[in-house]
Amino acid sequence: MPVEVYFNVAISGLLAGLIYGLSALGLSVIFGVIRIVNFAHGEIMVIGMFFALVLFRSLGLDPLLSVPIVAVVLFGFGYLLQTVVIERVAHLADHYQFLLMAAIAIILISASLMVFGPDAQGAQLPYAFDSFQIGPLIIDKVRLYAGAAALVVAALLFAFFRYTSTGKAIRACGDNPAGALVVGLNVRHMYALTFGIGAACLGAAGAIILMVVDAHPYLGPEYTLLAFIIVIVGGLGSLPGAMLGGVLIGTSEALAGILLQPSLKSAFSFGLLILVLLLRPQGLLGKASQ
Amino acid sequence: MNRLFEGLPARAFLLLAILAAALLVAPWLVNDYLLSVLIIVLYFAYVGQAWNLMIGFAGQLSLGHALFVGIGAYTSAAIFVHFGIGPWATVFIAVLASVLAGSIIGYLGFRFSIRGVYFALLTIAFAEFTRIMVDHTEWLGSTQGLFLPVANRESIDLLNLRGSPMMFYYVILGMTVAALVLCRLLLNSKLGYYWQAIREDQDSAQAYGVNVFRYKMIAVAISSGLTGIAGVFYAFYYNNLFPETTFATSRSIEMILGTVVGGVGTLFGPIVGAFFLTPLGELLTALTDDIGLDGIKPFFWGICVAGIVLFRPSGLWPWIAGLLGLDKPAGGEGK
Amino acid sequence: MNRSFLSVKGVSKSFRGLKAVSDVSFEMPAGSIHALIGPNGAGKTTTFNVIAGVYAPDTGSIQLDGISLAGKRPDQICHAGVGRTFQIVRPFHALTVEENVAVGALRWTNDVKEAKAYAQGVLKLLGLAEKSYVRPDSITLPDRKRLEVARALATKPKLLLLDEVMAGLRPTETDQMVETFRRINGETGMTILLIEHVMRAVMALSQQVIVLHHGELISTGLPEDVVRDPKVLECYLGEGSL
Repeated sequence: MPVEVYFNVAISGLLAGLIYGLSALGLSVIFGVIRIVNFAHGEIMVIGMFFALVLFRSLGLDPLLSVPIVAVVLFGFGYLLQTVVIERVAHLADHYQFLLMAAIAIILISASLMVFGPDAQGAQLPYAFDSFQIGPLIIDKVRLYAGAAALVVAALLFAFFRYTSTGKAIRACGDNPAGALVVGLNVRHMYALTFGIGAACLGAAGAIILMVVDAHPYLGPEYTLLAFIIVIVGGLGSLPGAMLGGVLIGTSEALAGILLQPSLKSAFSFGLLILVLLLRPQGLLGKASQ
Repeated sequence: MNRLFEGLPARAFLLLAILAAALLVAPWLVNDYLLSVLIIVLYFAYVGQAWNLMIGFAGQLSLGHALFVGIGAYTSAAIFVHFGIGPWATVFIAVLASVLAGSIIGYLGFRFSIRGVYFALLTIAFAEFTRIMVDHTEWLGSTQGLFLPVANRESIDLLNLRGSPMMFYYVILGMTVAALVLCRLLLNSKLGYYWQAIREDQDSAQAYGVNVFRYKMIAVAISSGLTGIAGVFYAFYYNNLFPETTFATSRSIEMILGTVVGGVGTLFGPIVGAFFLTPLGELLTALTDDIGLDGIKPFFWGICVAGIVLFRPSGLWPWIAGLLGLDKPAGGEGK
Repeated sequence: MNRSFLSVKGVSKSFRGLKAVSDVSFEMPAGSIHALIGPNGAGKTTTFNVIAGVYAPDTGSIQLDGISLAGKRPDQICHAGVGRTFQIVRPFHALTVEENVAVGALRWTNDVKEAKAYAQGVLKLLGLAEKSYVRPDSITLPDRKRLEVARALATKPKLLLLDEVMAGLRPTETDQMVETFRRINGETGMTILLIEHVMRAVMALSQQVIVLHHGELISTGLPEDVVRDPKVLECYLGEGSL
């Protein structure tokens, strides 16, 4: 195979990796602050995909333009989910939280199955087959837009946590909930905001990924596992780590797909996950816990 | 025998006797469909107990237990398909393979001090990795599946585990009872107390002389070995194995739901949970069949499970045991 | 009496460059009772944790009855004959008080019945017998401190490390506890090292007092001498007060 093929595949993997990274940000934010492992992660993202699909079909809205709408709606969903349901299991052992999230995942999958049926459905964009040619490299237009959009949303999130007082307050709650309570922060509200923001990330990632992937009720578990791999590799709770992990996994899976067999690419990711867990459990960019 | 029944109230004896009698005669009274439901119930009661031993007794969360079912199933099935050697001979190899896999995961996890959620992710990673490997192994049927020669349902061949559903029922009933006896004995032994100490506070346990690494390894080894036996049963009962339906994380979740619903860390929790969840699923199927809408059954099922976690977080069994006045002695009650 | 039973030589331990314990040495003869005192943050608990194997010392050696302890795991050190309590109590919540103590006794027996019987004896000794079948969460904090001692005693230690077990006790309870330790020490010859802020207990119980300050050993000697040592007074009352 000519060498450009590898570059093309790597770039398309990298662009997909940016979307994976954005989705993983949602997982990482929630874990980093609330310490809840969101096993319904992929399912919430799929809800975002379907929502963008509805907007595309009914209003002809390009998924790229529906990103803010889907994000806002899923923010509300996340906020409610945290205050009404998840908050009640926060004091319980890991496996109870896990089971509750798994149950929520099942509910979400079956709800989307009931509404949309079991078939894969995509948004047929008018520019779906356009591409840019830069020298010998060919980059799909949709992928480039999608990757750029993911990058923009991620940058907004970074800015939010770095520069706004709410963002800083949320970080304080994550670092030291008792201390945050002492200085008068409404930790309950902050946690709900955090889950909302995490879900909004997933909504944005869902709308964006609809540009390149068809929506399907059963996509959820795969995205959940993928996001876990990414945040563990990048460092659970580290935001830059999630983006780096996304790009790393996206690119290496794409390359593994052509160098080995396509069906072996996730074996590569799981292998990487095992290695990182064993050798650097805090992840590539994570802080050591002790 | 003394150790087994020590400290049980008379009422518990009576209830156990009634339950045992009911389970023994059940297959003669029910139709084929109910018998198949009972077999699934007992299967989940069995694997639930095996999983419970690791998380409920020793505090180590595995979300990849489908791995051990898969290893047990594929080992015995592949040897049967390729060499014609029956499961009674190969169950030992199946257990050995499962224990080996469990020990590798345990060794790596515990040596590198991976705890809690991270350990759970490690178990998922190994299960999924193995699934993809089996996907690509021709000898194990790859994605096309591994099929056992279909059983002659009339004659019973215990040696090759070929026969009627009734035979499978008594086999899985025996396995479930044996697992219950084993768990009861273990929980009241030094091993059981050391496991619970590790579950409650690993560092504190170590200060009182518990070799934490060794006892966690024993828990993983026993749990994975028991689960491997379930895999052998699974292979010979269903006669077909696919990597996707054997190793996938959703299968691991399915295995543990009953136990969490029934009560993690309790002796009867896995059994109660299985007897509750499986029939609930069947009932929902029956109720929603007429509507003919994809996904309506799992939807209500998910709501039931979420409701139990929210409103009965310690599980159904401690609550039922309280109602029956059986909650005084016996095993610990978990967290 | 002269042969040292516990010997701590030049032990140092730092955390992220911060010296928690620096070049500490002391000796304890078999059957003696020593107290480790010092202001908060003096490195007392770290010294305990180094002896008990929670941390390996950066430098120095620790020997119990001629056997080196440095670098061994806590459970190995427990088997070598060191029993310890935690300053912040850490019971096994889901187990009963009796079972908590029985876990300690399982150090030397495989028979759960025997371990429980022994636990009963220890609980009686510490006045906890009637609380045997409740969970640790439903007993008072002083009782939970006693439970810590009971768990450590159940391992049949040769050296007992007590980390502030008298804190929060009323004076009469303190006297009872002192009496208990004196009895154990007299009857079994168990060596006891205690960290304690309650000076009433320190004075009544210990033959030698070791004073740590900023991780360094600043004074050691008979209790009545140590409390008159200007260096010790200074570290407790603040610099420049003398």
